[in-house]
Amino acid sequence: MSFNNIFGIAGSALNAQMVRMNSTASNMANAGTVASSADEAYKAKRPVFEALLNQEMTTQGAQFVGGVRVSGMADDSTPNRRILDPGNPKADKDGFVYESNVNEVTEMVEMMGSARSYQNNVEVVNTARELMMRTLDITKA
Amino acid sequence: MSILDTGFSIHERALGLRAQRMELIAQNIANVDTPHFKARDLDFKAVLNDTQNSLTTTQSGHIKSAAAQGQGDLVYSIPFSTSLDGNTVELSVEQAKYGKAAAQYQATLRFIEGDISAVRKALRGD
Repeated sequence: MSFNNIFGIAGSALNAQMVRMNSTASNMANAGTVASSADEAYKAKRPVFEALLNQEMTTQGAQFVGGVRVSGMADDSTPNRRILDPGNPKADKDGFVYESNVNEVTEMVEMMGSARSYQNNVEVVNTARELMMRTLDITKA
Repeated sequence: MSILDTGFSIHERALGLRAQRMELIAQNIANVDTPHFKARDLDFKAVLNDTQNSLTTTQSGHIKSAAAQGQGDLVYSIPFSTSLDGNTVELSVEQAKYGKAAAQYQATLRFIEGDISAVRKALRGD
């Protein structure tokens, strides 16, 4: 029955969007952190989405085929800003600290985007559930 | 009894196809943020035609047509505007499609319900 697949597909999307929202929260939380070198400084994390097209790519049977999964996390490649702050305990020998490269505006947009996608998938589940219930009611016709 | 064998069959097949189409649209909505994902759809008319005029298989070894196996021909939907990451899913279009598909599913369901209640009425004779 296709409706079971819809639940799996929308569920995988809910999961992926939740990962995206979590990474946004993590980025926001680390927006103000500084480090003593550019390598140590916090880089904004972004999930990489991948469509589940083959059965081999799933681990829990066929019900997620066609859904989406997070294939990995990627670091934002924007260079970390270097600011002069000799009083900071994290400052390097020249008195510089390296800020995280999180852009709050981008994160807000990401968060709204993932929230909307999440809502959409909830609606998909609701509609599928309603139709499934109506199909069960066919016996009362 | 022929009405029970054939009476619901067209709607029954249609119901399966409608559900399959909803699944496809759910896939598209799920992958709205996946780079390079191409939105797909089911050509309902073509598949239903194919189902009705499909090859008759007389032995278990015979290969059925794609439609008879429940795997209708999928088509790629053409987006109204392209996006930079190669994704062709347009959320509002897919939402509209999903709503319409849900309504069509209910319509098909009503037809079957009507058929069933007709048969039931005939059997009861009141």
